[in-house]
Amino acid sequence: MKKILTTPIQDADLESLNIGDIVYLSGYLITGRDDVHQRLIKQHRPLPVDLAGKAIFHAGPIMREIAAQPGRYEVISVGPTTSMRMEKYEREFIAATGLKVIVGKGGMGPNTVEGCKKYKAIHTVFPGGCAVLAAQCVEEVERVEWLDLGMPEAMWVMRVKEFGPLIVSIDTHGGNLFEQNKAIFNQKKGPIVDEICTHLDFLD
Amino acid sequence: MEHSEKYQDLVRLLASMTAYTSKHLPDDVLAKLKELRTQETTPLAKVVYDSMFTDLDMANKLDRPCCQDTGVIQYFVQMGSHFPYVDEMEDALRDAVKVATKMAPLRHNAVEIFDEKNTGNNVGTRIPWIDWEVVPQRDDVRVYTYLAGGGCSLPGTAKVLMPLEGYEGVVKFVFDQITSYGINACPPLLVGVGIAGSVEVAAKLSKKALLRPIGSRNSNPRGAMMEQRMEKGLNEIQIGPGGLTGANSVMGVHIEQAARHPATIAVGLSTGCWAHRRSLLHIFADLSYEVLSHKGAEL
Repeated sequence: MKKILTTPIQDADLESLNIGDIVYLSGYLITGRDDVHQRLIKQHRPLPVDLAGKAIFHAGPIMREIAAQPGRYEVISVGPTTSMRMEKYEREFIAATGLKVIVGKGGMGPNTVEGCKKYKAIHTVFPGGCAVLAAQCVEEVERVEWLDLGMPEAMWVMRVKEFGPLIVSIDTHGGNLFEQNKAIFNQKKGPIVDEICTHLDFLD
Repeated sequence: MEHSEKYQDLVRLLASMTAYTSKHLPDDVLAKLKELRTQETTPLAKVVYDSMFTDLDMANKLDRPCCQDTGVIQYFVQMGSHFPYVDEMEDALRDAVKVATKMAPLRHNAVEIFDEKNTGNNVGTRIPWIDWEVVPQRDDVRVYTYLAGGGCSLPGTAKVLMPLEGYEGVVKFVFDQITSYGINACPPLLVGVGIAGSVEVAAKLSKKALLRPIGSRNSNPRGAMMEQRMEKGLNEIQIGPGGLTGANSVMGVHIEQAARHPATIAVGLSTGCWAHRRSLLHIFADLSYEVLSHKGAEL
């Protein structure tokens, strides 16, 4: 059965989740990337959207203004961006906003793990590049804030239904799927590289 | 510059190809992904491949860019020296980007350095990036369009090694980067490696390596052997789709080379994500054309 998280998300909804679990999201999903993080944490500007209990999406979408309704947008394509870019500010961002779910791509680091554990939040990944699939889970683009940052960096407030699959990559217990995988990859790497190198003695 | 009457036709053709590239993967990439998909057995790897193929189907049906990050647009042009529109080609490519940005639509991805403003039409200082090669005594032109997103551009790196680090040093350099940065760049990746004497030559060749069809091999037997061994080795690490572990890691490893200085071995690395959006368009002197990368494509 599909495990669906619905905003506003409570701490208790996240406690039973572990890295590698697959979940779906219904409710509010708001995009926020590098510039949104730095405006809040570094420039101390108040966010124009309340993220408490909601989900943030590391994503820079393609949106199209609806011709008959100026200021209203439809989503064309909206896949995840590389989450690691936000690692620098994510712990403080979780603390300042009270967000509960981060949706992105690839792993994040110890800063985010600490934030997720302390403030009860999770990081999940949506399959990278699958941007039309993601767009089909969006019911409505309610509004946009900070459009002065440009289309990819603005905060797009979307209402989504069963948005996923979302793979839990950081849980509330300190688990980090990508760090775990990276350790395995690095362990395998040494002997493989050594073996390849036995065939590459090309220097005269 | 005064443009010829046929100029708008050329712009339309290049814009259509650019928009098309954002929505459809080339035949070789699609075939490789299908092959890799069949080898997966774990639930996570399967769910990611299922998502990828559903996404490609939807992009096709809805006529939309399959990935939202349509990249900073790059063109690699093999220009016949007698192509009738040689003087107009650069303007045509810049205009084509503006047209394609609205037509597709593409994401706005050109941010001016220092001013830190998005130009809003994918055209900016030296962007689209255009790489020119002159082909003597020909009147046709081949245009590679490549839309590389930010995700698969992040692992890009280059370094000049001491010669005694040898080709072994090249392999270590590539493997270290793929197992760290590469896992976030939407694997299975196409790995492009440039080997040369200085850093900018190696870097440029690493990008050109990504233009080669998957399955093609380096022109030198040692180069071809090195490609195969690196490919097999990376696959044995089993990074899997999305870096979530699986049966494989890469779609391929391509190496391109230039003669080096005796005192240096430079290595460059570029990666292409699974949604490797590149196309090859062959334009004739009368502006008739054939799409070489996507069989049956209609522009």
